[in-house]
Amino acid sequence: MSKDNQILEEFTSKEYEHGWSVDMEVDEAPPGLNEEIIKWISAKKEEPQWLLDWRLKAFKTWSEMTEPEWANVTYPKIDLQALRYYSAPKKSKKPKSLDEIDPELLQIYERLGISLNEQKKLQGIAVDAVLDSVSVGTTFKETLSKLGIIFCSFSEAVKEHPELVKQYLGSVVPMTDNYYAALNSAVFSDGSFCFIPAGVRCPMELSTYFRINAANTGQFERTLIVAEDSSYVSYLEGCTAPQRDENQLHAAVVEIYAAKNAEVKYSTVQNWFPGDKNGKGGIYNFVTKRGICAGDNSKISWTQVETGSAVTWKYPSCILKGDNSVGEFYSVAVTNNYQQADTGTKMIHIGKNTKSRIVSKGISAGKSQNSYRGQVQVMKRATNARNFSQCDSLLMGDRCGAHTFPYIDIQNSSAKVEHEATTSKIGEDQLFYCNQRGISTEDAVALIVNGYAKEVLNQLPMEFAVEAQKLLALTLEGSVG
Amino acid sequence: MLSIKNLHASIEGTPILRGINLEVKPGEVHAIMGPNGSGKSTLASVLAGREEYEVTEGSVNFLGKDLLDLAPEDRAREGVFLAFQYPVEIPGVSSTNFLRTAVNQVREYRGLEPLDAVKFLSEMKEKMKLVEIDQKLLSRALNEGFSGGEKKRNEIFQMAMLEPKLAILDETDSGLDIDALRVVSNGVNKLKSNENATIVVTHYQRLLDYIVPDYVHVLYKGRIVKSGTKELALELEEKGYDWIKEEVDAAV
Repeated sequence: MSKDNQILEEFTSKEYEHGWSVDMEVDEAPPGLNEEIIKWISAKKEEPQWLLDWRLKAFKTWSEMTEPEWANVTYPKIDLQALRYYSAPKKSKKPKSLDEIDPELLQIYERLGISLNEQKKLQGIAVDAVLDSVSVGTTFKETLSKLGIIFCSFSEAVKEHPELVKQYLGSVVPMTDNYYAALNSAVFSDGSFCFIPAGVRCPMELSTYFRINAANTGQFERTLIVAEDSSYVSYLEGCTAPQRDENQLHAAVVEIYAAKNAEVKYSTVQNWFPGDKNGKGGIYNFVTKRGICAGDNSKISWTQVETGSAVTWKYPSCILKGDNSVGEFYSVAVTNNYQQADTGTKMIHIGKNTKSRIVSKGISAGKSQNSYRGQVQVMKRATNARNFSQCDSLLMGDRCGAHTFPYIDIQNSSAKVEHEATTSKIGEDQLFYCNQRGISTEDAVALIVNGYAKEVLNQLPMEFAVEAQKLLALTLEGSVG
Repeated sequence: MLSIKNLHASIEGTPILRGINLEVKPGEVHAIMGPNGSGKSTLASVLAGREEYEVTEGSVNFLGKDLLDLAPEDRAREGVFLAFQYPVEIPGVSSTNFLRTAVNQVREYRGLEPLDAVKFLSEMKEKMKLVEIDQKLLSRALNEGFSGGEKKRNEIFQMAMLEPKLAILDETDSGLDIDALRVVSNGVNKLKSNENATIVVTHYQRLLDYIVPDYVHVLYKGRIVKSGTKELALELEEKGYDWIKEEVDAAV
């Protein structure tokens, strides 16, 4: 076995750092999925009738749909009837301050390096932490509310701002959109709601940390971000989950609405449990993320660093409806061991002079499969639409795969669409050069990979960029080929 | 400092080095010359620990340690520096960032505190003068889009930063115009001391006008077939390598 392969083995045998769980009393639904369960969830969450009706309608839609099989991923079929669709920490009366939060929960965050106290004091980030299905702490709400910004859990938004939720829920991702979106619409547990009023520039990065803690709990987050005319918000989402033997399903829906001149930046660092080195366990991450640039001159920018999950199925997209609107997608997707990722974006150009930019950097190691799937669509009235796509793949070792599936559909002859793609391997020459300067192979890989992903990492807010760099280094330590 | 004894090395089963013997003491400059394909670059690569080459026989002692037993990064940390003939490009990684990682890993190995950003930058500024390198170049991605001269200058700059005990310059003169050659050589000369040694691998005598060697060795068919002083290099310049080849081939 060559040295490279040895290192590869060492790296593949690395256990997931955040793999542990804390026993906690949970208030959970019995396993199974039917109308009764949905009514149970809705009652548990004290929801209004209109929302229950909406859920039931989604359930009906979903029941008539079949699981999509077009993605370049294979996994055993999930028995959706064996899952529980609601699980909440028992002591979940709304806390007024962090002091009221269950110390055990706070401990989890501290072990993950996410101390709410610290975040609150030092970083100036309002953190809406989601543990399982119920939000446990929301900070900086006061500062934000003075500006008229609403940033709260989805359940709270349903209670406090039902008219806004009713107006925008499902307006970007209709419940009929796809199998997982329909499922989410029927059973979504909680999530975040964010509303930026006209003319307001949100003064801080908004952040949510997701975490799965109960076994066999499907987690169905629902996020809705609404940016009114000429507003701006940067939203961060980060995930990390404890190790489990059984596969866990995560089917989230994120909707972004940007009105005239509004700008929304959505950043994700995703580190769900990817399964062990033999491919056992791990999260199934089937996410629907979509934003609409509804107003003229609006802009939506997605940035994602995907390192976790056993199976990822995710295409953050932009509908460029307003004239001169801009959509961006920056992605780094890392797969290792038996991980499979099928991820990319859709840019739908509808308005005139709309622009989109796609930068996708895939990194595959171990026996993983990494696919980029992107669609650029220019509709008839989208005069002077512009798109630039760049899809790069980096391979480590000779047992992984990288795939690119670009779809381009142009219906207006004034469109200008560019697509660039490269595939490369981390070169022995590069590694030897680093070694010769005294840099260990592991650090050399981290250096090279971070250099490769730099264009994307640069899009992240500072504190996330640092976190993401560490995550990439950790995930790919010693992985060479 | 460096003691090479009966070193044999091959690549994919083909022997390249067939019994090299060489002693290098602190403060000395040795030039390794020879026709193309004689094994000059292989010797440099084997000393630095390049994996493709298999050492089949012999030993290399460096400052009391078995050099062949050390991983490439540990050889570097012990003080062996190779200026590459073809420096590689690493997209997205700035020279500054790369070098800071390198310097601090070497320092860690030697039990020294890492340099903080301020100290590192002031160190860099000082060393930049040695090779007349522009800071702009160092904030760009490592060697990406550098001209041949810029790459070589960057190699010598890295050498200045890492302060090796043994510097091996592999065809550092190749692809350099006369001005760049002068700058690079000046840098090397300024870094010379009584405590460090330099091995200059080159095909042409030209470089040795600038970096004056104490000893000149001629490598042919994987062996050092002739050793001498600076005058030997001049003789080679004048007469070429053929007379040596004939001498050696006649003796076989």
